[in-house]
Amino acid sequence: MTAIVEVRDLTKRYDGEKLALKNLSFKIVKGEIIALLGPNGAGKTSLISAICGLTTISQGKVFVSGFDVQADYRNARSLIGLVPQELMLEPFETVMGTVSLSRGLFGKAPNPSYLRGILERLSLWDKRDSPIRELSGGMKRRVLIAKALSHDPKILFLDEPTAGVDVDLRRDMWRLVKDLQRNGVTIVLTTHYIEEAEEIADRIAVIHDGQILLIEDKRLLMKRLGKKQLLIELAEPIETLSNVLEELGVKLHHEGCRLTYTYDMEVEQTGIPEILGALKSEGIRFNDVRTEQSSLEEIFIELIADKTG
Amino acid sequence: MNYYAIRAIYTFEMARTLRTPLQSFASPVISTILYFIVFGSAIGHRMIPVDGVSYGAFIVPGLIMLTVMTQSIANASFGIYFPKFLGTIYEHLSAPISPIEMVTGYVGAAATKSVVVGLIILGVSFLFVPLEIAHPALMMGLLMATAFCFSLLGFILGLWARNFEQLNFVPTLIITPLVFLGGSFYSIDMLPPIWRDVSMLNPAMYLISGFRWAFFGSSDVSIQLSVVVIGFFIAVFLGIIWWIFATGYRLRN
Ligand SMILES: Nc1ncnc2c1ncn2[C@@H]1O[C@H](COP(=O)(O)OP(=O)(O)OP(=O)(O)O)[C@@H](O)[C@H]1O
Ligand SMILES: [Mg+2]
Repeated sequence: MTAIVEVRDLTKRYDGEKLALKNLSFKIVKGEIIALLGPNGAGKTSLISAICGLTTISQGKVFVSGFDVQADYRNARSLIGLVPQELMLEPFETVMGTVSLSRGLFGKAPNPSYLRGILERLSLWDKRDSPIRELSGGMKRRVLIAKALSHDPKILFLDEPTAGVDVDLRRDMWRLVKDLQRNGVTIVLTTHYIEEAEEIADRIAVIHDGQILLIEDKRLLMKRLGKKQLLIELAEPIETLSNVLEELGVKLHHEGCRLTYTYDMEVEQTGIPEILGALKSEGIRFNDVRTEQSSLEEIFIELIADKTG
Repeated sequence: MNYYAIRAIYTFEMARTLRTPLQSFASPVISTILYFIVFGSAIGHRMIPVDGVSYGAFIVPGLIMLTVMTQSIANASFGIYFPKFLGTIYEHLSAPISPIEMVTGYVGAAATKSVVVGLIILGVSFLFVPLEIAHPALMMGLLMATAFCFSLLGFILGLWARNFEQLNFVPTLIITPLVFLGGSFYSIDMLPPIWRDVSMLNPAMYLISGFRWAFFGSSDVSIQLSVVVIGFFIAVFLGIIWWIFATGYRLRN
């Protein structure tokens, strides 16, 4: 696990006094897909901006592949591709024109066949000579991605890449991200769609109020914080729960038709055998037993509520 | 040096210019022709020659300078302000380019465009007045230096401006009067002594005067002084730009 980005005690204070990042330290592992989650104004964009050179760093250091992003900005930035949150493009420029500019800015010799490959991959080749103002929002988003990929970056920052993107395109983008990862690109993305993080990320970082609340392997996180619920659909409704069942933590729902029981996945003794035993001895028959797992979204909401409440 | 970046910025900016050739090249030429009609033909015949140069010919260097200075500022300030306005500047800020490379690309493109406009005006002038250039190489050098100098100033203006009003305010209220009163259409000698002294404080006057010397071999102030003044302003503007990038002023915040 080599770190490709290392953030050390990073603080960002905007012109006035707004403290957007508060002494952050973390590492991004080479080759991973890491999702930054957090509510509006949490500091996700500020963090990306500080790493990529869009804003000054008030305190602390950031290293990209060992290069200090301030002192050694040339080496550091050459490795980075950035897709900004806003659709910022020159309206009168053509798709090919703007992608060529990007490649040049990053110090790469013109390479039309390479750019063609990228535009084809993003279904933009037909639009290469169109002025950007004639493109739809989804196409503009893809132009931004093409620009970010034009110089073959080793780390790609995607700031809300799927905001305002339809389902097909979103799936297509997830595939692209996975493909890039297979080719050795490290990916940092922010999103408000938790299912997106759940779908593609290897690790999740939760940012809130300029601080990192946690940064953890997605599966471990879900296991650690995730709760499972046992649902038992009864054959006939019952009026009340016996003392035994109540003490086991079972609850009655749906006008007496359903029993629910919530338990931690980490615990060895789940208590399920005892519940099933009690049901048998009390003669309660049931039609169906199933379990449900809490999603990352629920975990996330709980985390933020813990911190703010 | 990131030469590909300089080339990319330069060609991108030139492409923008060439997308609107009428606005870029035709309008300065048309206004120049109007100046010739008014000052050269209508009024010029009643003017006495200045230092032995007919008034029609006398205003040619002034006209070129007037246009090159205002165009340089307009081109360069817009060139860098527009990406700031659109937000597309994010890409330049995240790219592995130094301030020098960025300035070379943007200022180079702005200066190129105004030099071309200046040469077109010179070409048009030959249609209106008999003209001989005493020191053509020096004339070219001063033309390019002036275009570079004022493009640097325009670049600073574009970095500084927070809105279109500020972008227009400085040229209209400061630059145009300085350039107009810098002797584009008259010799400083024609002024009353007090205004002559005031003109000596006008930097544009030194540039126009030096440029006129390259044409006719005579001018209000010495050519050496003109060259020193241009060099001084270029150094000052480069220093300001260096400071802007070093601190991230209005660029990275
Ligand atoms: N240029 C700026 N000047 C001053 N304050 C800023 C600036 N940019 C962001 N902020 C402030 O910094 C904080 C973090 O903003 P940031 O854009 O990083 O949040 P975010 O996590 O990306 O939010 P979102 O999900 O809405 O994109 C916010 O309080 C915001 O108002
Ligand atoms: Mg954001």
